[in-house]
Amino acid sequence: MADKVRIRMTVNGLEQRGEVEPRMLLVHYLRETLGLTGTHIGCDTSQCGACVVHVDGQAVKSCTLFAVQADGSSVTTIEGLVKDGQYHPVQEGFWEKHGLQCGFCTPGMIMAAADLLNKNSNPTDAEIRHALEGNLCRCTGYQNIVLAVQYAAAKMRGEPVTGAAD
Amino acid sequence: MAEVTKMIGKAIKRREDPRLIQGRGNYVDDIKLPGMTYAAVVRSPYAHAKIKGIDVSRALAHPGVLAVYVGEDMLDINPLPAAWQAGGVKNVAVTPRALAVGKVTHVGDGVALVIAEDRYTARDAVDLVEVEYEPLPAVVDARKATEPGAPLVHEAAANNICMEWECGDAARTSAAIASAEVVVKEEIINQRLIPTPMETRGSLARYDVATGEFTVWMTSQAPHVMRLLLTAFVFGIPETRLRCIAPNVGGGFGQKIFCYADMAFTMWASRKLGRPVKYIEDRSENYKTSTHGRDHVTEVELAGTRDGKVTGLRVKTWANLGGYFSTIAAGIPTTLYGRILTGVYKIPAAHCKVWGTYTNTALVDAYRGAGRPEASYLIERMMDRFAAEIGMDPAEVRRRNYIQPQDFPYDNGLGLLTYDSGNYEPALNKALQMVDYQNFRHEQAEARKQGRYLGLGLSSYVEICGVAPSAWIGAAGQGWGAGLFESANVRVHLTGKVVVTTGSLPHGQGVETTFAQILADELGVPYEDVTIEWGDTLAAPFGYGTYGSRSLAVGGMAMHRSAQKIKEKAKIIAAHMLEAAPEDMVFENGRAFVKGSPDKAKTLAEIALQASLAYSLPQGTEPFLDETTYYDPPNCTFPFGTHIAIVEVDPATGKVDLKRYVGVDDVGNIINPLIVEGQLHGGIAQGVAQALYEHGFYDDEGQLLSGTMLEYAIPTAAMLPWYELEHTVTPSPVNPMGVKGAGEAGTIGSAQAVMNAVIDALSHLGVKHMQMPATPERVWRTIQSSKQAAD
Ligand code: FES
Ligand code: FES
Repeated sequence: MADKVRIRMTVNGLEQRGEVEPRMLLVHYLRETLGLTGTHIGCDTSQCGACVVHVDGQAVKSCTLFAVQADGSSVTTIEGLVKDGQYHPVQEGFWEKHGLQCGFCTPGMIMAAADLLNKNSNPTDAEIRHALEGNLCRCTGYQNIVLAVQYAAAKMRGEPVTGAAD
Repeated sequence: MAEVTKMIGKAIKRREDPRLIQGRGNYVDDIKLPGMTYAAVVRSPYAHAKIKGIDVSRALAHPGVLAVYVGEDMLDINPLPAAWQAGGVKNVAVTPRALAVGKVTHVGDGVALVIAEDRYTARDAVDLVEVEYEPLPAVVDARKATEPGAPLVHEAAANNICMEWECGDAARTSAAIASAEVVVKEEIINQRLIPTPMETRGSLARYDVATGEFTVWMTSQAPHVMRLLLTAFVFGIPETRLRCIAPNVGGGFGQKIFCYADMAFTMWASRKLGRPVKYIEDRSENYKTSTHGRDHVTEVELAGTRDGKVTGLRVKTWANLGGYFSTIAAGIPTTLYGRILTGVYKIPAAHCKVWGTYTNTALVDAYRGAGRPEASYLIERMMDRFAAEIGMDPAEVRRRNYIQPQDFPYDNGLGLLTYDSGNYEPALNKALQMVDYQNFRHEQAEARKQGRYLGLGLSSYVEICGVAPSAWIGAAGQGWGAGLFESANVRVHLTGKVVVTTGSLPHGQGVETTFAQILADELGVPYEDVTIEWGDTLAAPFGYGTYGSRSLAVGGMAMHRSAQKIKEKAKIIAAHMLEAAPEDMVFENGRAFVKGSPDKAKTLAEIALQASLAYSLPQGTEPFLDETTYYDPPNCTFPFGTHIAIVEVDPATGKVDLKRYVGVDDVGNIINPLIVEGQLHGGIAQGVAQALYEHGFYDDEGQLLSGTMLEYAIPTAAMLPWYELEHTVTPSPVNPMGVKGAGEAGTIGSAQAVMNAVIDALSHLGVKHMQMPATPERVWRTIQSSKQAAD
């Protein structure tokens, strides 16, 4: 076992310092060391995207990065997405459009979708589907996820949106 | 002044969601207990081998490793139980042990267990365990396994046959086939699928040394059943010594119904070590060792007349059960498959024979739809084959054979309960209208002239929901080893808040929302005042859990019944408060009053307060509003519908473009349209995936070639279509809510719609059938060989 390495990063706005094994994956650091269990693990081959977080503003599969590689960076997880008690528009879209069932893929899906909308404020359906190709959902068949992202995009552009009946 | 229904039928967003969209769910792997240890499993790289020796010494010496166990250490517990054997016939049910003893029967079979202080150390030590194997020849195909000379998976099961089962009328069917004007024959393979819930499976067991009691947090669709099986069958301890908790469950699709080795070995190791033990499988382990679905090889003959009447259906199916018998494995290809093979059609003579066989592959058990997708794929593929053979439009052939509305309740002669209600033609007509059927046929003809291959596929399906009356499923003929009722307790607390505990076990179905909608209307209380609790055997009355699309039609009905009992008691107490006679009381919209005097009413909250304070109750009335129901349904429910897929096949590459997907489903009355649509979307996605992408594929040595998400083609967002859905509504007469169920309909209706479309697109080349999945390579090869045949 290699010696532990000191790391330091900002996670959801709080500074975190610690010592980790060099081989520790970022996802395990977040989940097990920091207790941020909203970031999930759905595979062992970097396919599923359940583990997506933002590192310095970019969507990253946290199972594909060692914690030491995120040293010095600023990480946002699903737990850090609510601002001033308000849902991020993507979170709101997933709720309004029934974009989730079991919820296991949802944190990664939301983080990936938020990243897309940072780069493209008015994506087409095809662009949304393409951007989410690294995120697998087994429950929804994706249609409501696309609708959820459209809802969020419209909302972020300041356009009127329609939600569920309630 | 009867107020109209407020919540039922409304597309309200789910109350489950706020915690899940914020990453505040609580899945098994999120739970951390003081002193918790981590388990990892040494797994067989061979499909079939004798275990000659296991050397654990290096692993044991590794820092951080607490213990290493092998199968022989756990002989003080029994093998896992076989809860559903094929009914009425002998089953040679060889079930797995917590760890293999003496030999392994499939790749991934567990041979040793490492317990360590942390996850990484446990995995490191797995590589330090040395196992000596003597490889044996393997067999992976369900039919080949029965051939003379095939490697024997279990000594006890001659010719690898676990059970041989049949239903229907063999003599009549033979006669119908012998005398038929037309007979179409086919060999149809329903390929093996891997369910792939996005959360893998796992268990966290804690043994309390002081009390001798276990608690297990598990990824389970049926914690009460697991409690029963693990205590009464595996450990031989009183049921009360085990508490099972299913927290948030990240999808199941059947795979999380069953009793698994890890439940047993985490319990066993926790008792041994006096510390909690957590085991979470990784995705590759999920693919190699949690259950798979489908995997049938079938020989089928369908007989009919030249004017499109089907007169007979004969089916022989070899159903792959894998390396051992999984919990309810034999019930799936028998009761849930053979007995519904004639689908939506009136077929006067049918017979089905099934061999359940052992092979050197992962265990096969229920996967979404469980038996019914295999049945509807078979009949719908054959209806198209028949239509092509007699040169009749496939929609017309279906129409000529549908069971008619006046035929219900309908007995199909295959030993199923009677179909409750149905009206199949309107769903077909609506679907045809949505795709502008006649116009499509013109378009298709025009496209062919330009060398473009368009195809349209029809699927009319019926399925079995709300399983099942205990008196039927538990009888000798069906072989289910228990009942299948469901429970619900409803309590109205002193403050007027309503709490429901249900034996159902939601894992994405939105049961908290749907159930609260129903109860709010039934009791006339605000939706927000109703809380639905589930998932803990300590809190909820015994229930069978969630599978077979039974939450609403069985679990929901148990709650509905409890609500009626609450209202009856509320009327008695209100009568006392109003100094009236109980028999003069009515309960409406949350208020009890004397018939004709609605202005002098007591609200449910007032009555609940009276019932809870209990200082003035009518003679003989117990305090509190608290009612429990164990609801056993009088019948299953039978949702149905017609799905249509339109595809374009690229002649150069064989790639299938699914251009449109239309579904008209009839799931009875709908409580929450948003949730029903979501269930159908997800169901259809899994059927489309079977038709086009997925295959749990073993090579002849028994190596799983689709053993990770890299090779097993779970569709992404870009690989699936928009779903254009409509409904017809034929309420079920089986329950007063008129509901049927929607969890599996999408999967049961979809694979054949897509395959029929692909084959239709190639029909002008003489293609009559193709096996799933219709990957570009397979489609391209089919095109090439049909061209060669034409030359
Ligand atoms: S856990 Fe699947 S991509 Fe990271
Ligand atoms: S909601 Fe279950 S996997 Fe996406």
